Amino acid sequence: MKVKHITEIAIALMLARWKQTLVAAIGVTFSIAFFISLLGFMEGLNELLDGMVLNRTPHVRLYNDILPSKLQPIDLSKEYKNHHNFISSVKPTNTRKEIYNAQQIINQLNKDERVIGVAPKITAQVFYNLGNIDLNGIINGVDTEKEAKLFSFSDYVIDGDYKELKIIPNSIILGKGAADIMMAKIGDIITVTSTEGEQFSLKVIGFFQSGIADIDKVQSYASLSTTQKILGENSNYISDIQIKLKDIDQAPALAREYGNFFKIDAEDIQTANAQFETGSSVRSIISYAVGITLLIVSGFGIYNILNMLIYEKMDTIAILKATGFAGADVKKIFITISMSIGIAGALAGLLFGFLLSLIIDAIPFHTSSLPTVTTYPINYGIQYYSIAAIFALATTYLAGWLPARKASKVDPVLIIRGK
Amino acid sequence: MENNIVLEARSICKSFHDPVKIDVLKDVSFKLSRGEYASIIGRSGSGKSTLLYILSTMDTDYTGELFIDNVSIRNKSEKELAAIRNEKIGFVFQFHYLLNEFTALKNVMLPGFKLNKLSEAELEHNAYEFLKDLGIEKLAHKMAYQLSGGEKQRVAIARAMINDPLIIMCDEPTGNLDSKNADIVFNIFKELTETFNKTLLVVTHDLDFAHKTERIIELDDGRIVGD
Ligand SMILES: Nc1ncnc2c1ncn2[C@@H]1O[C@H](COP(=O)(O)OP(=O)(O)O)[C@@H](O)[C@H]1O
Ligand SMILES: [Mg+2]
Repeated sequence: MKVKHITEIAIALMLARWKQTLVAAIGVTFSIAFFISLLGFMEGLNELLDGMVLNRTPHVRLYNDILPSKLQPIDLSKEYKNHHNFISSVKPTNTRKEIYNAQQIINQLNKDERVIGVAPKITAQVFYNLGNIDLNGIINGVDTEKEAKLFSFSDYVIDGDYKELKIIPNSIILGKGAADIMMAKIGDIITVTSTEGEQFSLKVIGFFQSGIADIDKVQSYASLSTTQKILGENSNYISDIQIKLKDIDQAPALAREYGNFFKIDAEDIQTANAQFETGSSVRSIISYAVGITLLIVSGFGIYNILNMLIYEKMDTIAILKATGFAGADVKKIFITISMSIGIAGALAGLLFGFLLSLIIDAIPFHTSSLPTVTTYPINYGIQYYSIAAIFALATTYLAGWLPARKASKVDPVLIIRGK
Repeated sequence: MENNIVLEARSICKSFHDPVKIDVLKDVSFKLSRGEYASIIGRSGSGKSTLLYILSTMDTDYTGELFIDNVSIRNKSEKELAAIRNEKIGFVFQFHYLLNEFTALKNVMLPGFKLNKLSEAELEHNAYEFLKDLGIEKLAHKMAYQLSGGEKQRVAIARAMINDPLIIMCDEPTGNLDSKNADIVFNIFKELTETFNKTLLVVTHDLDFAHKTERIIELDDGRIVGD
C-alpha cells in the first residue's frame, strides 16, 4: 500500500468534514501560537527582571569583610591546644576595608582567561546635607568606563553624560530618588558630609535610576578619585574588586579559588542573589503548565473530530476492510488524518506565534524603573518553537491513535449486516 | 486435491449466543470449481448471508475448515486474511456500498491500490475498461453518490473484478434493483463466467435469477438441503 494512496483516502475523508477538520487544526494553531508567545513573553520578562540585578552585579566580588579574627590568642596557645574554649562578645579589630595590593590583584585577574573584565570600586558612607536635615547616602566610587562596559552603567544614567564623572572633578551622579528629595537639578552643587565629619561640595552632572526605589534613594556615583578624597584615603585605596566572568556558572568555584589565592573574602553572584533564580523558575514552570494545557486541550479537539469521523464513516471503513484493507491500513489512514491536522495546525501556529510575539514586542511599555525598556520584552528562543511543535505532534499522534485503533478494529460484518 | 477447486467448505458450523444459543449454520460442506456459476437460495433467515461472510473470510468465528485456492485459512492473521480478500475474492453487496467521497473510477481502483501490483496508470486503464464492459464508462468521473442504484451496482461489480479475483461473491446483488437492472446484472455475471472464466457464488432469494444459474445450493435452517 503506497503512502500516496493512504494519503489520498485520508484527504478524501477529511474533505468530507472539512469544517470540523479546520476547527480542529485552528485549535492546534491557536494553542501553539499562545504557547510560543506566552513563553517568549514570560522569558522576556524573566530576563528583564534578572537583568535588573544580574547585569549590574559582579559575578565575583572581592572585598575585606569586617569579621572578628578567626584565630583568637587562646587558639595560638600551646598549653590549651587540646581544650575547648568559649569567648563571648568578640569584636573585630584593626580591620582594613582596603584591599591590600589591589592593583596587583587587578592586573593578575586581567590576565585570567576566564575573566571578561575587572572593575575596582569604593563605597563611601555619607550624609546628603539638605538644610538642617541629613539624609543617609552611599557614594559608589567607580571607574566609569569599566563600569559602563561591564555592568551597563550607562543604561541607568537617565540624565547627563556619565563620562563627565571622570573629567569634571568633584562631580556626582545622584540617585533619582535622592535627587527628587533634594530637588537637585543638573549643574546644582550639593554638599555631603563624610563619616569623618568633613564636608564636600559636589556638582550634580546626572541622575541614576536602577529601577529599585530603595537603592535610588540612597546610592549615588562618583569617580574613584572623588570618592577617595571624601574618604580621606590615598589614590591606591580600593575596597571592592568586581569581576565579570565569561561563564556565570563558574562563579562559585572561582570565588572560592580567588578567595584562597588572594587571601581575601570572595562572594559569588549565585550566593548573593539566590532569590532571583527561584522567581524565574517559578514563572517559567507556570507558563509551561499553561502552555502545555493549551496543547493538550487542542489534542482533545483532534480526538473529537476523529471519533466523529469514524462514527460517520463506519460504512467506508467496512467496505475498505471487505475489499481487502487490513486493520493496519485503516489505522494508517486515520493517523494520517490526525497528523495532517496536527502538522498543518502546528505550522500555522508557529507562524502565528511568531507574529503574536512581534505584536507584543511592539506594544509600548514604559516604566520609570526600567529606563532602557520601551516595549514589552519578548524572547524569540527557538526552543519554544521546537517544544511547541514536538509537543503538538506528540499530542496529535496520541489523539489520533486511540480513534484510529478503534477504526482498525471495526468488524465489517457487523456494519454490512446492520444495513 | 483437484487443482480447479477454488473454494471448499468442510462441515462449517456457526452459532450465535444472543441471548440463547442458536445454530445458524450446521455442517455446511461444498466445493466450488473454477468457472462455476452457483447460487445459494433459501428463505430469509436460513443463514445465507452468514455463510457468505464466513466464505469471504470476514467472519472467522466458526468451526469447520475453509479452503480458498486449496489453502486452509485457519490460523491466518487478520492481515493475511485481508490480503486474501484483496487478491482472491471480489465481493458485491446488496446495498451497493460505494465510497461516496470518491468517483466511480476511484472506487473501482481502490482495491488495486491495496494490492499494489500495477501502476496507477495501468490500474486506471483497467478500471476504465471494466466500466466500459459494464456500459457505464460515461460515469467514470462522477462521484459515487450521484449514481443510480443500478449504476452503483455495476460499479461495485467492476470493483470486485479489478484485482482479477478467483471468485466473486454476491449477497443479494439484485435485491434492491428493478427487474430490468436485475437482468442486466445477471447477464454481466453470466458473461464474467463465460468470457473471464470467473467463479461466481451468488446469494439470492430471487428464484428466477437462481434458476438461470448453473448450480443451486439450497439452504434451509442452516443446512444444505439441495445442491
Ligand atoms: N449478530 C447476530 N446475533 C444473533 N443472531 C444473528 C446475528 N446475525 C444473524 N443472526 C441470525 O442468524 C440467522 C441467519 O441470518 P442471515 O444469515 O442473515 O440469514 P439470511 O441471509 O439467509 O436471510 C437469522 O435467524 C438471524 O436472526
Ligand atoms: Mg441475508
